[in-house]
Amino acid sequence: MSTRSDRKSQKADNEIKAVVWDLDGTIWDGILLENDEVKLKPGIKQVIETLDSRGILHSIASRNDFGLAMDKLKSFGLAEYFLFPEIGWNAKSVSIGNIRENLNIGMDTIMFIDDRAFERDEVRYVHPEVVCVDAAEYRTLPRMPGLNPRFITEDSRRRRSMYLEDINRKKVEQTFQGPRKDFLASLGIELSITEGAEDDLKRAEELTIRTNQLNTTGLTYDYDELREFIHSPVHKLLVCGMKDRYGFYGKIGLALVEISQNFWNLRLFLMSCRVLSYGVGTVVLSRIMQAAKNDGKKLRVDFKKTGKNEQMYITLKFANFHEVETGNEGFVVLENDLSFIQKVPAYVKLITHKNG
Amino acid sequence: MKQKIRVFIEEHLAAREEGIALKDDDNYFELGFVDSLFAVQLVGFIQEEFRIEIKSEDLDLANFYSIDRIVSFIREKKND
Repeated sequence: MSTRSDRKSQKADNEIKAVVWDLDGTIWDGILLENDEVKLKPGIKQVIETLDSRGILHSIASRNDFGLAMDKLKSFGLAEYFLFPEIGWNAKSVSIGNIRENLNIGMDTIMFIDDRAFERDEVRYVHPEVVCVDAAEYRTLPRMPGLNPRFITEDSRRRRSMYLEDINRKKVEQTFQGPRKDFLASLGIELSITEGAEDDLKRAEELTIRTNQLNTTGLTYDYDELREFIHSPVHKLLVCGMKDRYGFYGKIGLALVEISQNFWNLRLFLMSCRVLSYGVGTVVLSRIMQAAKNDGKKLRVDFKKTGKNEQMYITLKFANFHEVETGNEGFVVLENDLSFIQKVPAYVKLITHKNG
Repeated sequence: MKQKIRVFIEEHLAAREEGIALKDDDNYFELGFVDSLFAVQLVGFIQEEFRIEIKSEDLDLANFYSIDRIVSFIREKKND
């Protein structure tokens, strides 16, 4: 069994992907329903913009009138920053549950900001993983470690617009008449699988930190480790990108292969949960299986149960992998004899050469 | 039981060729594209619809690749 697990750190607990804001007394002073002339807290717009430029998403959980509150946010030039705003009369814990589901991120990657201790306690009681912060501390947010990703990549800068593109895509899907296969074909998905280059590595590190659900081990790799792999004769670092007619998904997947005498060993395989419903993870896995087979070898995968990645386990088992070794701390090795490899579905156009 | 499973598979298999009826012993992994979303949905459907618990060690392609295989898997689990 690989000893990598001993020296690799697990994911940082405090990586925040989305900040959920209250409105009255938090974003602005005053209560909107009592006084239309509420004033933005000084400097709050810059805080929101700064976090947005780092790829951190924003949303709202406020007990307010939806139309009034959105108009007010528009007049402040802030409305566009907030995805899936929950403005109504729900408990804030319910709002945060809805936001989490819409963003498809882990509860422990959400920060909730409210001026009222009662609201923070209610959220904390229902969702103990959410990081709750007193609105009085808003000026310190840009300095908080969980809100300071090590790199700001092209993908992180575009994160909000990628979510907006996805909202459009989902609207079309909901009203699409006909089989799902035809909807997928209408997207015009182009999937690229290329060997990683130096300029992919920041995003590759970010993917190892941010991706939880479709991730074989949950181990993180930093820039320097990943750079060693792209220059190593026995490793392949594969980077996956995707686009369709609605926009770019950016770099959405990563695979690290170590080639030994008899096996291709998949040390890490992950795909962003944003592309889960398009089946592209299975396409990438099938291509790796085919490449190993063409090389005259079998394929092995390191897998570690993290409590969040059961979907990946099911994916592997349904791709005909079998457990062959059991290690410590939930580590297992799965093997595939490559006797059956699924074809690439017709709705995906595969691009495997660089700059294609 | 077979009919319920057939309907589920036909509705959820993303890239199934249309107009081809699924036979009980067809290996649908060879007929249509099985992706991870489908796999997760199928496991969830079988657990809820037939009130059985699917454990890690049950997650073997051999238990799921055709309607017949799923039916015998469910019967075995119910007899446990």
